[in-house]
Amino acid sequence: MDTVLKEWIGRVHDAVETQQTLCIRGGGSKDFYGGNPAGPVLDTTAYRGIVAYEPTELVVVARAGTPLAELEALLAEKGQCLPFEPPHFGAGRATVGGMVAAGLSGPRRAAVGAVRDYVLGVKLIDGKGEWLSFGGQVMKNVAGYDVPRLMAGSLGTLGVVAEVALKVLPVPVAERTLRFALGEAEALKKLNAWGGQPLPIAASAWHDGALTVRLMGARAAVDAAQAALGGEPVADAAAFWQGVRDQTHAFFAGDGPLWRLSVASVTPPLGIPGPTLIEWGGALRWLRGDQGAEQVRSAAARAGGHATLFRGGDAIKASAGVFHPLSPALLRIHANLKRAFDPHGVFNRGRMYPDF
Amino acid sequence: MAFANDVRFTVDQRSILARLQAVLPPDALLSAEEDMRPYECDGLTAYRALPLLVALPQTEAQVQAVLRACHELKVPVVPRGAATGLSGGAMPHEDGVVLSLARFKKILKIDPLSRTALVQPGVRNLAVSEAAAPYGLYYAPDPSSQIACTIGGNVAENSGGVHCLKYGLTVHNVLKVRGFTVEGEAVEFGADALDAPGLDLLALINGSEGLLAVITEVTVKLTPKPELAQVVLAYFDDVQKAGNAVADVIAAGIIPGGLEMMDKAATHAVEPYVKAGYDLDAEAVLLCESDGTPAEVAEEIERMKMVLEKSGATSLVVSQSEAERLRFWAGRKAAFPAVGRITPDYLCMDGTIPRKRLAEMLEAIGDLSVKYGLRCANVFHAGDGNLHPLIMYDANQPGEVERATAFGAEILELSVQLGGTITGEHGVGVEKIDVMAAQFTPAEISAFHRLKAAFDEKGLLNPGKGIPTLARCREYTLTRAQTGSAAAITPPRF
Repeated sequence: MDTVLKEWIGRVHDAVETQQTLCIRGGGSKDFYGGNPAGPVLDTTAYRGIVAYEPTELVVVARAGTPLAELEALLAEKGQCLPFEPPHFGAGRATVGGMVAAGLSGPRRAAVGAVRDYVLGVKLIDGKGEWLSFGGQVMKNVAGYDVPRLMAGSLGTLGVVAEVALKVLPVPVAERTLRFALGEAEALKKLNAWGGQPLPIAASAWHDGALTVRLMGARAAVDAAQAALGGEPVADAAAFWQGVRDQTHAFFAGDGPLWRLSVASVTPPLGIPGPTLIEWGGALRWLRGDQGAEQVRSAAARAGGHATLFRGGDAIKASAGVFHPLSPALLRIHANLKRAFDPHGVFNRGRMYPDF
Repeated sequence: MAFANDVRFTVDQRSILARLQAVLPPDALLSAEEDMRPYECDGLTAYRALPLLVALPQTEAQVQAVLRACHELKVPVVPRGAATGLSGGAMPHEDGVVLSLARFKKILKIDPLSRTALVQPGVRNLAVSEAAAPYGLYYAPDPSSQIACTIGGNVAENSGGVHCLKYGLTVHNVLKVRGFTVEGEAVEFGADALDAPGLDLLALINGSEGLLAVITEVTVKLTPKPELAQVVLAYFDDVQKAGNAVADVIAAGIIPGGLEMMDKAATHAVEPYVKAGYDLDAEAVLLCESDGTPAEVAEEIERMKMVLEKSGATSLVVSQSEAERLRFWAGRKAAFPAVGRITPDYLCMDGTIPRKRLAEMLEAIGDLSVKYGLRCANVFHAGDGNLHPLIMYDANQPGEVERATAFGAEILELSVQLGGTITGEHGVGVEKIDVMAAQFTPAEISAFHRLKAAFDEKGLLNPGKGIPTLARCREYTLTRAQTGSAAAITPPRF
C-alpha cells in the first residue's frame, strides 16, 4: 500500500482514538461551499496522478489529489472530455477528489448528466480506517449497492475518497453558440419546447434578456439545428461558457449571497426580486440578493426542487444553513448512513448538515 | 433447485395472516398453496420457494399497512414486480410475505413539456414509451424483456438494455422515486429537479434489489425520439476480430446508439426462430446502430462502415427501412428464448469486462465449453462490455446442473480478474450471491450490510439476497479453494 494511504489510515485511527475530527481537503477551490467543518486538515493533494487511462475503454482512473486541470488536459489530448464540465473555481487548484465530493456539474449537465452519472468506481478509507473498493472500471455494474455514485456530492462526510474511476466521452465534433433576445418567461417556454425535440442542445444560459444556446454534436446535426432555431452566432462562445462554468461571468461578481435553486425545468419565472441567471434548460436558477431563506426555499420547494445558499450570506448561513432541510424520513436515513460509514463522526463534521 | 437462504426468521403465519386480513380486502391476500404457486420463482426458474403469504395491495395506504404489520411482527417482505428478473431477486422468502406491486399499473401523467412520465411501479417498460410516442418522446432504457418487465423492477435492478452505451442505464433516466421505508414511512428519493439536497440516495435505490425500500411511484425522464435510426450488421470470420472491432469503433470517437454482438452459436439459435436474415456462415456479427437527424446518421454510418471494414469485417449490411432495422434487432432481443428452444435448460451469465478483454474472454469461454462438455452461445452488449454467455444443459442428466454452475462461476470469476464485475444488469439476487465473495472483501461486504441497516435495521426487506452473509463468503472461498479455482483467492487490492 502507498505510504500516503498508510499515513491517512493512521490519521483516521488517531482521530478515532483521540475523538478528533478531520477536515478532508483537496486544492481548497471550493472552501466557500457548504458549512465550515471543524478539525485539522487531511490534505489529499499529496496523493495524485493518473492510475490508468484507456481511451478505447472510455475510462480514466485518477487519484483524488490529481489536479482537475491535469486530468482534463490529458483527456483533451485524446479528443475526450468530462462531459459534465465540472467547475474549477479558480486557477488550477481543483482536484479530482474535490470534484467528486462536491458533486457539482457545469453547463452541459442537463444534456449529458452530472458527476454522479460518470463515477464508475471509488476506493476509499472509511471512518474506521478500512480500505474499501466499490464499483470498478466498467459502465455496467450492479454487484452490491452503488456506493461510487453515493460518494458524488457527499462532501467528504462518508469517507476519504482516494481513487476514482470515471467514464469519459469523445468531444463532440462540432460546436456552435447562438444568442436570442428573449424575456425570462419566453426563454423558459422556448427551452422546454426545444427540449422535447431531437435537437443537439448541449447547454443554455439566460440572463438579462438574452438567451444563449450551445449546440454540440455531429456537424450535420449542428448545422440543421442552427437553421431551425435561428438566433445570432456568438463569437467568443468558449469564454462565455467558461465564465458560466467557473462563475467568472459578471452576474456572479460581488460578495452578496448567491442562491442556487434546482427546480423542475418547466417552472415559470420564480418572481423573487433580484438578478437571476438560468441554466440547464430552466432546471437551474441562480439568484442574487438578500431575500430571506424562507422565501427562497419555499419557492424552490413549490417548484419541485430545493435551494442552496451557494456563496456568501454568512448571517443566513448561520441561521438557516447552507443546504435545504431534509424530510424527517430522509434525515434519519442520512444520519444512519453517516454512522454506517463513519461511526465515530470523524469526517467533515458540519460540512453538509450541522448534525453530521 | 432449492436455495438455502441463511437469513431465517421465526414467524407465526396465523398472526401475520390475521394482521394482513385486517388491512387488505380478501382478493388482495393469498394464503393457499395453489394460489401462491405462481409466485414461487421469477425469471430464474431454477430456484423456487413458497412464501407464507402473498399480498397484492392496490393503494399506498395498503402498502403502508402491510409494511407496518410486517415490521412490527418481524416478518420478511419480498417486493415483486413482473418477476421477469433473471437472478432470483423476487424469489419469495420461506418465512415471509411477497409484496406484489402488480396492481400498481397506472401511468399517472405524461408531461411532454417537462419530458417526464409519472408512473406506478407495475407499469410495463414498453407501455411508457407507447404512451409517450404521440409526443415524439420515449423512455430510453430498453431491456430485452421490455414487453413484460415493469418500471419498479427496472429501478430495483438498475436495468440496462441494448441502447445504454449512449442513453444510459435506469439510474441515468429516473428523476424521482416515491416509496415506503420498511417501517411504512412515506419517503421520496430524488426530485422533479435534476438533483436533490443531501446524499444521492436515488443512486442507491437504483439497483438495490428491493433491499432498501418499497417503490410505489417513479418519475422517469423521457427522451426525444431520434428522427432516424439505422443499424449496420458487420459480419466477421473470427470472433476475436469482432471483439477488437468494438474497441476500434469507440477509439474512432463514435458512440453508437447500440453496439451488440452475437457469435455463431447464437445466430444459429436465433435465425430459425426469428428469421432476421443473418448470415449463418459468419463466426460473429456486430449490430452497430446510429441515430439522429438523417444527415447525422448518414455521416455516422459512413464512419462506422469505414472503421468496421478496416477492423476486418467480411461483409456489411445497412438496414434500409425501419421494418428491416427492427427485424435485425428482433433477432438480438429474442436470443434468450431462441436458445431456450434448442436446449432443455440454460444458464445466462451477466459479467461485464473492459471492452479490450472481449477477445480474451471469448477464447476462455471456448476452452471452458470444452472443459465442461457443455455448449455455450454468446450474446454481448459489446459496447459496454456486458456479456451474456448462455450455458446450455439438461437438468435431467446427472451432473449437468453442477457442471453448468461451475462453468458459470468460472466465467464470473474471470470477469472479476479481467477488471470487471460479476453482474452488469441482471443483479445478484440469489443466483450470484456466493460469487460476490470473488469480487468483494469481507470488509466491503460488511460495509454493504451496514448500508442496508441504515435503511432497514431489522433486515426485513428481501433478506438473504443481494449481499451474502460473511458465513456464506467464507464457505464460498473455502469451497473454491478446494476445487482449485484460481479466483478463490481474493483479488489483489492494490
